[in-house]
Amino acid sequence: MSILTSLLLLPLFGALVVGFLPASNAKLVKQVALAFSLLVALVSIVMALSFDRNNSAMQFTEVRTWISAFNINYAVGIDGMALVLILMTTILVPVVFLAGWNESENGRWNVKVFYILLLILETMMIGVFSATDVFLFYVIFEAMLLPVYFLIGGYGSGERAAAAMKFLLYSLFGGLLMLAAVIGLYIISVNQGGATFDIARLSQLSIDSTTQNWLFLGFFIAFAIKAPLWPFHTWLPTAATSATAGTSTLLLGVLDKVGTYGMIRFCMSFFPDATKTFTPAIITLAVISILYGAFLAIGQKDINSLIAFTSISHFGFITLGIFALTSQSLTGAIFYMVNHGFGTAALFLTAGWMIKRRGSSQIADFGGLQRVAPVLAWSFFIAGLSALALPGLSSFVSEFLVLLGAFAKYPVAAILGTLGIILAALYVLLAVQRAIHGETPASSAGISDLNLREKIAIAPVIAILVLLGFYPKPALEVINPTTQTIMTNAGVSDPAAKVVK
Amino acid sequence: MLSAPNLDYELLAPIMIILGGALIGVLIEAFAKPAWRARLQLVISLAAIVISFNQLVRVRNDGSSIAAVTSVSVDGAGMFLQGAILIFAFLGILVIADQDNFAPQASALPGSAEEAAAIQAGKQQTEVFPLTMFAVAGMMLFPVATDYITLFVALEVLSLPLYLMAGLSRRRRLLSQEAALKYFLLGAYSSAFFLFGAALLYGYSGTISLNGLTDAIRGNTGNDVFLLLGIIFLSVGLLFKVGAVPFHSWKPDVYQGAPTPITGFMAAATKAAAFGATLRIFYLGLDAAQTSWKPFIAVISVITMIVGSLAAISQRDMKRMLAYSSIAHAGFVLTAIVSLSENALSASLFYLFAYGVATIGAFAIITIVRDSAGEVSDVNRWIGLGKKSPLVASVFSLFLLSFAGIPLTSGFVGKFSIFSAAYESGNIMLVVVGVLSSAIAVFFYLRVILMLFFTDATNDSISVVIPSILTRISISISAIFTIILGIAPSLLFDIAQDFAYFLR
Repeated sequence: MSILTSLLLLPLFGALVVGFLPASNAKLVKQVALAFSLLVALVSIVMALSFDRNNSAMQFTEVRTWISAFNINYAVGIDGMALVLILMTTILVPVVFLAGWNESENGRWNVKVFYILLLILETMMIGVFSATDVFLFYVIFEAMLLPVYFLIGGYGSGERAAAAMKFLLYSLFGGLLMLAAVIGLYIISVNQGGATFDIARLSQLSIDSTTQNWLFLGFFIAFAIKAPLWPFHTWLPTAATSATAGTSTLLLGVLDKVGTYGMIRFCMSFFPDATKTFTPAIITLAVISILYGAFLAIGQKDINSLIAFTSISHFGFITLGIFALTSQSLTGAIFYMVNHGFGTAALFLTAGWMIKRRGSSQIADFGGLQRVAPVLAWSFFIAGLSALALPGLSSFVSEFLVLLGAFAKYPVAAILGTLGIILAALYVLLAVQRAIHGETPASSAGISDLNLREKIAIAPVIAILVLLGFYPKPALEVINPTTQTIMTNAGVSDPAAKVVK
Repeated sequence: MLSAPNLDYELLAPIMIILGGALIGVLIEAFAKPAWRARLQLVISLAAIVISFNQLVRVRNDGSSIAAVTSVSVDGAGMFLQGAILIFAFLGILVIADQDNFAPQASALPGSAEEAAAIQAGKQQTEVFPLTMFAVAGMMLFPVATDYITLFVALEVLSLPLYLMAGLSRRRRLLSQEAALKYFLLGAYSSAFFLFGAALLYGYSGTISLNGLTDAIRGNTGNDVFLLLGIIFLSVGLLFKVGAVPFHSWKPDVYQGAPTPITGFMAAATKAAAFGATLRIFYLGLDAAQTSWKPFIAVISVITMIVGSLAAISQRDMKRMLAYSSIAHAGFVLTAIVSLSENALSASLFYLFAYGVATIGAFAIITIVRDSAGEVSDVNRWIGLGKKSPLVASVFSLFLLSFAGIPLTSGFVGKFSIFSAAYESGNIMLVVVGVLSSAIAVFFYLRVILMLFFTDATNDSISVVIPSILTRISISISAIFTIILGIAPSLLFDIAQDFAYFLR
């Protein structure tokens, strides 16, 4: 059993252990769940340390027969891109546990169910990034919707049932389109002499361009709903405003990354020709997402939907970086995925604390927060700065790389994307100004500052944002080999630099 | 001189054991004390099923196309479905054994003094056991029959007891009797179609056997008009039994009116039997004429999937909703008939089993959600059940998720294998329609789950009765099958592949 499989099974085992604890002892349940998530984080860090960054092949691989009739395997393995996303996941889960220590207590079910769902979700989140068998990927991709559905519907607030339903229906619809494409891909492999679901072998199939286009769309729409890209985004704001802060963090920070991850892992390596065909259209959608998300974010009165719309804008950047297909923009996009994960976590968690303390999620209900709760206010401020990609924070590095890379090939798109940065400054600073600066209204005077538990929860997130901002090299070095492999697979090279003689 | 027909008793034994069990059941009705009947009947029925299954397992490798001269071909697909039907019968009878679902005296008029007296006297409905066993025998014969006469006999043996059983409901008896009458009339009508088609095909080929039909088509000896009309009429009879659109109109009414344990059993086992015969007729008898019927069945399959899924959305009754979902599922299996390949055959075998088990489990759960007036099938009254009985609601959701084809349930593997077989045979349009109608279907399954878990109950009048140990066993086995076949489908899929053949 490889270390990767152990990492996958550990949270599941944790869910089982939690299942046997007495439901009445909520504190014990939380402590055990937290202990397991910390253990998972530790194992993932150990795994990362033994990862060979110069090797572009899949590492820690393991293959076991699952359904022999279709040659379906339990096949896992990770490359640099998967590694950084898994690390992000395993670090965010304990953060979320710690940050939302009490958010499970007002749900429809007891605390135990909440942590069981979250630990199961963690196994699936790690699994979805490590699957190297398309069928396994698909199964996890679909199955992981259910824990989220129950987390939103069971522990959220407001119109949570409707939000959960909308989320699930959108995702399942995309999933079914993808299922048809997965089957199509499998049948092509059957017809070409080797029935397989192995990602590497499927990348080598020769598929005619019409079929490529259809199958590409099957995968892409599923991922575009997941990511979410305009115009497939409408489920996101409702889900983000209804879910608990922790669930939103995992939903936008990790699960949505599966969409952009899938675009890179599947769309590009299986269908290089179709990728080229659709690139102009997708770049357009990406630019629309950047601007649309940013414009709508400016107008939001609710903090959570503001964060949701900023994310739509950021996913536009990621998609732009992916499909611009230069080594800079692609590396930037993958790095962006990690930074967005931590950045969104910081935003949702600090916003969640603010909302919990004030009892309202309207930005207008806050004000002068820094006088009464300085640590909370400054944490929110830093999270906001990360969202607007301030130099010195990691998101700046990735956004810069994306735009730089994209400019070489699609200057217009890159310039329009730059507008997104300006708008970002506007929506972040407006919100920050309204919420934490100015006079403290009487209604906000009683807001308490972060306690020790909350400080411990937010500290690693902010530390990572700052550290990777000043010293992004380790992350970029891990991501680079993946970028090169993808570029080679897709048969593209960087545009030659214009040399002035 | 007339020679005695050559019968392979070993291969016919599974059916005969069931018939024997049914006959003993009749004798029990005649001679045993009323107080003992229910228990005796249950033991005899289950014993017959177990012995029959055991015999089936013993002869599993000795398939023969001349088990009873040329009328019965006990081959892979036939044996697989016989086994599936026996398992459905076992699970179904465990639920049927809960006497509270049946009218104590079916012959008494609803609301009459006679009926009240029967209830007062504590009479129990035990004829349902031998009736079920007769139906099971017919269902086991239907998928292995290879000539029109045997097919027709099997069809009637399986149908007649079901017509009666549909009318046995203890509560809402008028609805139940109406269902029985509708089922009987429409069933008789479709039998007539079937017979008419058989007669035309006999006129075409001059023989009653499916093998003779194939030879005639290959040799191109007959009049094609008879062939085409024969195929159409025969198909109508079969499509009625599987509940394909536009021959589905009986299904919602019968599913709703019949006693719920019967509905569950019928939905699972009749479908397996009817599809078994349909698959045999199209794969074996009409294979050579595939260009003439494929478009017809493909169109039926498409409208069945779409109409079933769309109509299910507006249903307010749980049993009617499952009836329409069953119609949509029939459409999925029909795609396997159009695909006409070995992979499609093994996929549909797996699918029929996976779907059947989940169906019995789902209907068994409906029997235990009750208020003071009996079981509650109004969807809106299930609101908040997840709070009251989390376990029952979770298991019911599991079955719904399997119907919806969510990964890690048996339904997903079934759907995946059927779609991939359809894709492989080039019927990509069917896959697309299948995927779209699945997307529609997901909506109404999820809506029910949403009601169970995320909505607060407005009244407290419904409750979940503590199920009898037998019902509990049935539900547990169904749930375990649904999960295991979702996680490790190879356990059954490899068997389905080994058994995916018809003998000529």
